[in-house]
Amino acid sequence: MKATDQDKIKKPLSIEEKIKRRNFISFGAFIALGGGAAAGWKWLLNSPEENAGITGGAKAPLRKALNKTEVFFRNFFSNNHLVKTYPKERAAKTVRVNSLIGINNDQDFDIGTWKLEVKLNRLESLKIGIDEIKALPKTELIFSFKCVEGWDQIQHWGGVKMSEFLSHHKLDNLAKKNYMGLGTPNGDYYVGLERDSVLHPQTILAYEMNGKPITNDHGAPLRLIIPVKYGIKNLKRIGVMSFSDQRPKDYWAEQGYDYYSGL
Amino acid sequence: MKEIKEKHAFLMRWTHWVNFPVLTIMIWSGLFIYWANDAYGISIFGFTLIKFFPEWFYKYFHIPHRLAEGMAFHFLFMWFFFINGLLYISYTIFSGAWRSLLPNKNSFKEAWQVLLHDLHIRKTIPPQKKYNAAQRIAYSAIILMGAGSIITGLAIYKPVQFYWLCWICGGYHFARIIHFALTIGYVLFFVIHILQVVLAGWNNFRSVISGFEVVETEPAIKEQETLIPNNEDNESNRPR
Repeated sequence: MKATDQDKIKKPLSIEEKIKRRNFISFGAFIALGGGAAAGWKWLLNSPEENAGITGGAKAPLRKALNKTEVFFRNFFSNNHLVKTYPKERAAKTVRVNSLIGINNDQDFDIGTWKLEVKLNRLESLKIGIDEIKALPKTELIFSFKCVEGWDQIQHWGGVKMSEFLSHHKLDNLAKKNYMGLGTPNGDYYVGLERDSVLHPQTILAYEMNGKPITNDHGAPLRLIIPVKYGIKNLKRIGVMSFSDQRPKDYWAEQGYDYYSGL
Repeated sequence: MKEIKEKHAFLMRWTHWVNFPVLTIMIWSGLFIYWANDAYGISIFGFTLIKFFPEWFYKYFHIPHRLAEGMAFHFLFMWFFFINGLLYISYTIFSGAWRSLLPNKNSFKEAWQVLLHDLHIRKTIPPQKKYNAAQRIAYSAIILMGAGSIITGLAIYKPVQFYWLCWICGGYHFARIIHFALTIGYVLFFVIHILQVVLAGWNNFRSVISGFEVVETEPAIKEQETLIPNNEDNESNRPR
């Protein structure tokens, strides 16, 4: 019996046997790995939504991936990378209004008494009026505003550079914290921005659109224009500015969008 | 007599099969993103021939109002698409497999003859190696298209940080159009590809999973074949 076994082993496989064997191995592996891939896909589709917090609304593994991808792409961020600018004539006369969250639901708002509140710490804050802001050197920016939805529009904005605003009000030290948070006066809309993008030379606190004071629907009296971010981060009608080392809450990041949303 | 003839290398087969579901997911999640600004269509003299995409299409595939989800999937699976493509291209370059893939000086002329043959207009097909002339062109083009998707994708993903890439792609708008058109290209490629695979038959299909084809040879020819170095284009004609 032992002898016949050895015979079997020694005998070279016939062509038919070789074909059979290789088919078995490769199709077996193909089906096994295909099944594994299908199971992995099913796992991802059925994975639970992340715990609602600073971010929310995305499947937990996908949120993890978004955050990791952010870390990777932040390596390519530089304040020397400027958004393309255009001549004034190219700017849209009718500027698109896409959303009025934080604006249309605020009967108490009075533009006459508006002041920007900058939180210095838990107790103290700085109140800055629009005239003080307008007194600072004006920067104009004509660039293509990009919406996360995929459309863009060349728009003309004027205001003070965020970095100049911060240093004028001696907020440089506070601005060294990792994040800036901005919110509308009624608190309905809010965004978080990491320091690099805040200090980008084209990030401005805008009070003019097409050379005139910003209209109500575009965020009068003061709004954020931050070309290194999608429109969702360009908060209209800023009420409160704060600084923190942790991510401040962010309206769209709570609804499944990438927190970074950088361009 | 039957003989095993090696055809597709392990890496070529696996990158091919990994790419299939990954690209499917990229197209699926890409539709979620595109829906939020579905600006494209084909029109001639102001008459719209095709709108990308009609409402019934969106409804059927449950596309509307899934932008955030689409972006989350797209920006995860882009990594797999990129790494898998890079693996294939690196393998093809370093193994020398590009020699049987890239079109050569005769390919463009021969591809026409292959087309006529496949349409049953012409009886003979030019002699070929692993791929015929039409395959060389199609399979090289699809790799270029993949690279194009990565480049235009990066250009619209980070148009400020990669402003130079965006400029190379003809700007933000044009990059988005190319990115979209390439996707339509994949779908068209897929349709023809599947048709050709079905027509080519089991032996050909199996080779993309198991790596080999079974060929019938006369013993005398077998000897001859092993003697001839395998780097000429004038090898005998055989089924694909």
